[in-house]
Amino acid sequence: MAQPQDLLYSKEHEWVKLNGDVATVGITDYAQNSLGDIVYVELPRVGATIAQFGNVGVVESVKAVSDLFTPIGGEVTEINGGLENDPALVNREPYAGGWLFKVKLSDTAQRNNLLAPADYEKEIAE
Amino acid sequence: MPYYPHTKADIAHMLAAIGVGSLEELVKVPDNVTLREPLDIVPALAEVDITRRFEHFAKKNAGVDYVSFLGGGSYRHYAPPAIMSLAMRGEFLTSYTPYQAEVSQGYLQAIYEWQTYICLLTGLDIANASVYDGATALAEAAIMAINANGRKRVLVSRAINPNYLQVLKTYCDGLDLQLDELPIAPDGTTDLSDLHARLATKEYACVAIQSPNFFGNVDVPAPEIAASIGASGTVLIGVVAEALALAALQTPASWGAQIVAGEAQSFGVAVAYGGPYVGFIAASKEHMRRIPGRLVGKTLDNAGNDAFVLTLQAREQHIRRERATSNICTNQAHCALIATMYLAFLGKTGLRDVASANLKRSRELATRVSSIEGCTLAFQAPFFNEVAVDVHQPAKEVLAKLQARGILGGIDLGRFYPEFSNHILMTATELTTSADIEALCTALKEVVNVPARV
Repeated sequence: MAQPQDLLYSKEHEWVKLNGDVATVGITDYAQNSLGDIVYVELPRVGATIAQFGNVGVVESVKAVSDLFTPIGGEVTEINGGLENDPALVNREPYAGGWLFKVKLSDTAQRNNLLAPADYEKEIAE
Repeated sequence: MPYYPHTKADIAHMLAAIGVGSLEELVKVPDNVTLREPLDIVPALAEVDITRRFEHFAKKNAGVDYVSFLGGGSYRHYAPPAIMSLAMRGEFLTSYTPYQAEVSQGYLQAIYEWQTYICLLTGLDIANASVYDGATALAEAAIMAINANGRKRVLVSRAINPNYLQVLKTYCDGLDLQLDELPIAPDGTTDLSDLHARLATKEYACVAIQSPNFFGNVDVPAPEIAASIGASGTVLIGVVAEALALAALQTPASWGAQIVAGEAQSFGVAVAYGGPYVGFIAASKEHMRRIPGRLVGKTLDNAGNDAFVLTLQAREQHIRRERATSNICTNQAHCALIATMYLAFLGKTGLRDVASANLKRSRELATRVSSIEGCTLAFQAPFFNEVAVDVHQPAKEVLAKLQARGILGGIDLGRFYPEFSNHILMTATELTTSADIEALCTALKEVVNVPARV
């Protein structure tokens, strides 16, 4: 599947949507597909300061438990409350309703450490 | 991750931190206690002589002849003999952790039933397969609360079993948490008068209150206080040391506890020189992902039959050790099995009957003892099977004199609370007879100094 072109990606299969100095973070369709049915997502706390590529939570599926890394650092401003009752949203809509959290960027230059859509596609094709 | 507990570098780092040069130095046995000659062991004996010899030793143990009013976290209760004959069957006695789901359906079902009983007794949604004891259950509950709201201070009633408090302090020290205590009110319950101010700081992960507390008093926060604890984002932990009380009192969930940490020794597990005990943790659904240890769930197999499986194991140390919420490796499966059998044997009505027998006996004890000149009840709060008695002189001396008369009169509260050094904590259960209470009263009359009349 072609990756949405308006997002940036990390090698750990997270996506970032930048909107000014606020970033929305989720996991990619490739990631959700590899994990299988997601049953629980542990997200960082609102107000927490997180560092780019740091471990900020856990994604648990029926077959695996994976650490959740953040592709971008800053202060967590919002988490997707809908995932508490319906974590499978991440499976159904990885790039829309299944977003995970929003971050107020500490440094916009962090985007330079991320992958463009074409590069991420190469990454997962390997 | 490979299972190498410590690398050489880890060991060197730890040794440096405590200022010891080597492992040999760390475990060095002092010369004066090092064995230098063979042990003086009696020669081999015939079996019958060994039996005689040990019978002789056993007779030196006078414990069984004492009339006992000891409690304080360990309770003598009657257990139907059928429990032991069933629990000691070979199928239940395994040297290995009895969770291999494919082969241990019976044990998994027993644990599932234990969890169900604990949920029924506490009023909460989930319970785990047991933990080490009540004290570690409290410490684990505090860690659950800390993981839930990210706060680093723990607030506990001073009327919690002091041994539990010690274990909690040890855990808190290692986790770099601050522990604060709530004082004891004159009526022997937890003084919650400054709780609102403390909650307003939004710094407390949890408030832990034991009911009945260490003095035997029912110690439940008023509904509006429980509500304000919840509203401030602080987790209310209910602590239970005498689980039998759950059959007589409101469930902890009904008074607002979101997590209950307790001890189930009362349910058929013998009092045995400090163990084994059997701890339990129950929690509301929102804490489901944070409960430590093992949980057994019920599902259907591919033929549609009931099947029992370990579930919600993401943070168990055998799966993701580095993310485990707890280092608990020990649960008390066999003791939990005994407790489960006890609860099944007694049933709802039987358990209530035993609880009401405890209420009756402890009231008889309180009434009789407090009618003795020089003995007064320390508190006026409602109590379960324990009562604190002020003997108006050092409790230690009174207890020594009682013991010389064949009576273990209770616990010297001064051991834990300097201000209560004249107080004895006395316990009566369904095994306490009126004759026992009579013997205690007779002895107390002899040993308690009557205060001079003014």
